[in-house]
Amino acid sequence: MRTERALAELVGLADGVAELVRDGDTVALEGFTHLIPARAGLEIIRQRRRDLTLVRMTPDLVYDQLIGAGCARKLVFAWGGNPGVGSLHRLRDAVENGWPAPLELEEHSHAGMANRYVAGASGLPFAVLRGYQGTDLAGHTDTIRTVTCPFTGEELAAVAALRPDVTVIHAQRADRRGNVQLWGLVGVQKEAVLAASRSLVTVEEVVDELEPRPGAVVLPSWVVTAVAEVPGGARPSYAQDYYERDNDAYRAWDAVSRSRERFTEWLESVRERERGSVRRLD
Amino acid sequence: MMAIEAARALAGHVSCFVGIGLPSTAANLARRVHNPDLVLIYESGAIGAKPSRLPLSIGDGELGETADAVVSVPEVFNYWLQPGRIDVGFLSAAQLDRFGNLNTTFVGGSYASPKVRLPGSGGAPEIAASCREVFVMVRQSPRTFVDALDFVTSVGYGTGAGHRAALGLRGAGPVRVVTDLGVLEPDPDTRELTLTRVHPGVAVPDVLAATGWDLRVAPSVGTTAPPTEQELTVLRGLVEGSQS
Repeated sequence: MRTERALAELVGLADGVAELVRDGDTVALEGFTHLIPARAGLEIIRQRRRDLTLVRMTPDLVYDQLIGAGCARKLVFAWGGNPGVGSLHRLRDAVENGWPAPLELEEHSHAGMANRYVAGASGLPFAVLRGYQGTDLAGHTDTIRTVTCPFTGEELAAVAALRPDVTVIHAQRADRRGNVQLWGLVGVQKEAVLAASRSLVTVEEVVDELEPRPGAVVLPSWVVTAVAEVPGGARPSYAQDYYERDNDAYRAWDAVSRSRERFTEWLESVRERERGSVRRLD
Repeated sequence: MMAIEAARALAGHVSCFVGIGLPSTAANLARRVHNPDLVLIYESGAIGAKPSRLPLSIGDGELGETADAVVSVPEVFNYWLQPGRIDVGFLSAAQLDRFGNLNTTFVGGSYASPKVRLPGSGGAPEIAASCREVFVMVRQSPRTFVDALDFVTSVGYGTGAGHRAALGLRGAGPVRVVTDLGVLEPDPDTRELTLTRVHPGVAVPDVLAATGWDLRVAPSVGTTAPPTEQELTVLRGLVEGSQS
């Protein structure tokens, strides 16, 4: 698979993950509540990736699953909860009890994470923001420092650029050349893709031609490494104009993730189910 | 009562940065009853969202679909929050101290090996720093209202008067803490949180017993006006709508 500046390749999800997500990688799966690449997360679990540094503003269910499955060594994040429901129990179990493996944390704020992606996308070593002053975060996170403004003398926060080995996002559409289009709440996906060395985009559908849409983000084919058609790939989050957020699934995850036994049953069932669906895709 | 009290306090404000849970309930109640023009800003990028029911997450589809503008996440924080364009930010926490500093990172043990790992910072540190005013909504108990935080995730008044200015924080800080028992406001001189109001049926000693430090009490403690029929009807509608 090409990783240079060529047009994106259309691939199957299993092949895309196999080629682009490697053991030990720094991996960002982005999508701020909307368009979370959940199906790609399950494929990473199925392929049993290990020692990943997972980067994501809001870990959500997708990282709770990856952490519980033992794929992660470290988590770089800002807010790790099940929105409106409660804790991410697999994340907590890893941090509090080291199950199934210890998890190193690098905690930032949302503003810090967003700016770290912006710096990565901009080819800068760091970003500047008004943030973190007076908090205990800088004392525990070595990617937060301060910088003095050369014009005003103000002291501001500096955060190190994020440069994932690979970013995975989900979008509504791509065309056959691999140009990607997403709309609605577009989060930080553009920045996360541009900051990364490689990228994999799952889409609801591949179309002959992208119709222009007001407010849509378009990622040209030549900044994307691979595109995989995965209808429903954001469930239980949502894809605007395709399907709604499955709030019941978020509520139901609480009970599954609360116990190691139930989570392990879930994990086994997913590995079975994923094998089946991959055969169909092939 | 917490949501109703916070909703009332939004009268006269233009915009508020809304988190999920009670803040979202309060902001949506305010937009229906006390301040129809209130601009709700969700950190997912929805500016001017007009949800018909309470969203479960800060990024539910309806928020973006009803918004005046939808912007990227870097833009929400850099262009809208950071310059101080937003009037009111809502925050909550697992722990709060006498100067309104907040902990949402961990409780017990150490940072590296916490007894209870909390969700973390999210948008809170910069909301606390940059919104013109901050309303804090926390249920009051000695476990949450503590003498010393295990971790400072978001700064209220730091160590007291003058500390915010010294840190270069440009918003006013937590001007109002709304609990299930009453309302606390910062002392004008020391910035220490002071009980200024109790909700109907709550006595001052109840509030003192639910506070983990020697809580200051204003010379004259008022009582919150009971909920109106309209407030209760709208609130019930919001809560029921969100459970369907």
